[in-house]
Amino acid sequence: MMGGRKIGRAILEIDDVSLAFGGVVALQGVSFDVREHEIRAIIGPNGAGKSSMLNVINGVYHPHQGTVAFKGRKRRNVDPHEAARQGIARTFQNIALFRGMTVLDNIMTGRNLKMKCNFLQQAVYWGPARREELEHRAKVEAVIDFLEIQHIRKTPVGRLPYGLQKRVELARALAAEPELLLLDEPMAGMNLEEKQDMSRFVLDVNDQMGTSIVLIEHDMSVVMDLSDRVVVLDYGRKIADGTPDEVRNNRGVIDAYLGVAH
Amino acid sequence: MTEQPDTFPRLLLHQAKVRPDRPAFREKDLGIWQTWTWAQIAGEVRILACGLAARGFERGDRLAVIGDNRPRLYWAMMAAQALGGVPVPLYQDAVAAEMAFVLQDADIGFAVVEDQEQVDKLLEVLPQCPRLKHIFFDDPRGLRHYGQAELTAFEDLQAAGRGFAQGNPDFFSDELGKGRPSDVAVILYTSGTTGQPKGVSQTHAAMIQTARVLVAFDGFTDKDDILCYLPMAWVGDFLYSYAQMHIAGFCLNCPESPDTVMTDLREIGPTYYFGPPRVYESILTQVMIRIEDAGWIKRRMFHSFMAVAKRVGMGILEGKPGIPLKDRLLYRLGEILVYGPLKNVLGMSRIRVAYTGGEAIGPDLFDFYRSIGINLKQLYGMTETCVTVCMHASGDVKLETVGPPMPGVEVRIADSGEVLVRSPGLMKEYYRRPDATREAIDAEGFFHTGDAGYFDARGHLKIIDRAKDVGKLADGTLFAPKYLENKLKFFPYIKEAVCFGQGRDKVCAFINIDTAAIGNWAERRNLPYSGYADLASQPAVLDLVRDCVEKANRDLAQDPTLANSQIRRFLVLHKELEADDGELTRTRKVRRRHIGDKYAVLVDALYSDKASCFVVTQMRFEDGRTGTVSADLQIVEAKTFSAAAARKAA
Repeated sequence: MMGGRKIGRAILEIDDVSLAFGGVVALQGVSFDVREHEIRAIIGPNGAGKSSMLNVINGVYHPHQGTVAFKGRKRRNVDPHEAARQGIARTFQNIALFRGMTVLDNIMTGRNLKMKCNFLQQAVYWGPARREELEHRAKVEAVIDFLEIQHIRKTPVGRLPYGLQKRVELARALAAEPELLLLDEPMAGMNLEEKQDMSRFVLDVNDQMGTSIVLIEHDMSVVMDLSDRVVVLDYGRKIADGTPDEVRNNRGVIDAYLGVAH
Repeated sequence: MTEQPDTFPRLLLHQAKVRPDRPAFREKDLGIWQTWTWAQIAGEVRILACGLAARGFERGDRLAVIGDNRPRLYWAMMAAQALGGVPVPLYQDAVAAEMAFVLQDADIGFAVVEDQEQVDKLLEVLPQCPRLKHIFFDDPRGLRHYGQAELTAFEDLQAAGRGFAQGNPDFFSDELGKGRPSDVAVILYTSGTTGQPKGVSQTHAAMIQTARVLVAFDGFTDKDDILCYLPMAWVGDFLYSYAQMHIAGFCLNCPESPDTVMTDLREIGPTYYFGPPRVYESILTQVMIRIEDAGWIKRRMFHSFMAVAKRVGMGILEGKPGIPLKDRLLYRLGEILVYGPLKNVLGMSRIRVAYTGGEAIGPDLFDFYRSIGINLKQLYGMTETCVTVCMHASGDVKLETVGPPMPGVEVRIADSGEVLVRSPGLMKEYYRRPDATREAIDAEGFFHTGDAGYFDARGHLKIIDRAKDVGKLADGTLFAPKYLENKLKFFPYIKEAVCFGQGRDKVCAFINIDTAAIGNWAERRNLPYSGYADLASQPAVLDLVRDCVEKANRDLAQDPTLANSQIRRFLVLHKELEADDGELTRTRKVRRRHIGDKYAVLVDALYSDKASCFVVTQMRFEDGRTGTVSADLQIVEAKTFSAAAARKAA
């Protein structure tokens, strides 16, 4: 299964990143990297700083210390839309879709950054604007096909069950054709079958599109099965980093998070 | 007149010559309907056939075809036939073990499948099927890292075909020339409710002749459209989609995915539609749910115009005289306001002919579609006879029957009541099962259907039950318990019914009421009740059930063959029949004999002149404990009717 995918050099390097909100220290000197075509999991107990880490990566928070380098370009204070333009897309822990809009329209918003025509051209919808819209629609349809959501294309998102909404959110992130995809608890609240489907899709995205993935997840069996390497955070510090097997057997991780192994 | 093409590949070339630019296939891909013309698919099939030949597929070889309805899978069937091979479509949702049986039984060496799911299943059974050497897959998703030597992508098969065709330009037409109408065109495995499935071998001649009759019967042309959404392994899809497109030259539309059928139906607007009763039922249920959720104006409008439709809609559809002008105008208005938009939402605006078959359809369901102007008809047949035994002709439709025999089909009723069929569409044989073939087709060439039925006064065939379940009353009249029970169960108040009468002088019945429906009825009348047993013993409920039984009797009285099996006495059981108590099968069919033994006291009481009977029954609760229930059951006499009285009342 893993045979065809070549893990390359580091695409994202986190170097000594610290982040604090007033007196609360969210991250403290965290360093790790994500390689090309890799699935990298971040795990840890509640409040360990996992979501903060994602927010640092895509520019929502600016670290007080340390640097983030994406594709070799070091940056410190980058805005989210800038990060998106560079090729970082994400999904959210609590679904952030436009509930009144259809699945198709929601996914189309994922293409927004790539649209070149201005508001006026789009309003007239003629010539280049029309051509561009068709191109984007074709890309979106490919994503719809990939995630097998053809049957809900025209359904308002608010009417969909939770598991499908999560899939739509992933579709929107993929529509941006990211090189790095950040998934914040993509399987939270799902039943077993939905989890299996989602795992399949995550692996397929990684395998067929070659996208590097950073994944936060609490379901340990999912994490251990999907990811190539795992970072473990606890109280804002990195306490372990390695393959799933290495992490599973790490004393510090067992004490802090996994509990006693039987 | 020139000679008509007599094999499917020749028909394909014929269509490509006569209407090269008419659409033959459409498939929704990436949200857009893609079209292939007859000329294009003739080219595709040639390439595919050459590709298969390049991989060693020979005359007489069998090709498994597994997947949802996809144009490429249909083309693969065409290509196999062009080489004198035999396509064997399999049910795509079958588990691997079931597939292994067919692959071994039909000795299959080549398979064309849709996607990873099917590839996985075939790879799983590969060790049991050593003959299977080539698997071609349409959708490469997820298969990139599969290294098995047996696997080839569809594109690579096409490329091999192009190469082969270049080297052997005359190969395709030579192979076509070798085909004979008596060759087997397809092997279709019957689902087989008992024992292992059997492969039904149908020849080109049988399928083509049958399809010609059907196309003429309903006047199909190349302007028609059909949505192929039923399994390719089912004879109905092969005949109605594949065979008829070859004759009429119409277009097959393949849905985007099994989940999108309703949307695709609406976008395509087929003119010709087939579905088993459950499909029509689920569509109607969806409509009713949405109507109940709609605002009150829409709801009122829907219900009042549906009442009009119920009153006169079917008469208008059948062109009956004597419908008052006022009703005609109201119906016209209803068409604009309700029926038209409704049909549009269901994708049924353009339907000229719709068929249902396979099992009994409820009167409410049947009438609903016909009353809004959808020409829904019934048919009767099975895989072994290319379906086509009996069909309703437009304008001559009766709910109770499956229509008169089709042209060229001989139907005979055996002394046992079994329906026997001899037709040009009769199968050649069960594949490699001469024993089963001999059992099914007698010396005169009649196929024994296993169904019991008879002809009514208008020459329509009426199917009543499986032949082995049909018996006789003491005076020799026909006793078809399932038919009677179905008739009772079509009433919403009756959930289950068990009829007795084998070798007796009259028919009596046990009845289970539907707690939800009767409970609702009781609430509207302010009748208090505590549960099933209480409800079942209330005199008002017994009266309600008696009305239903008498209505059924009135219907039965109109039919001379069944008039004697009107239900004389019945009782409403004190407990619901349960699979846990062995009274129903797990698929909720009543186990008549077991129930008769278990409640022998009650059966005896029905056939005595007692007016009530005391009964104690053991029952098992859901938590596994057993307990007893006892009740003093009233036995109700139901009115029966003479044929004349029934007509007057109707």
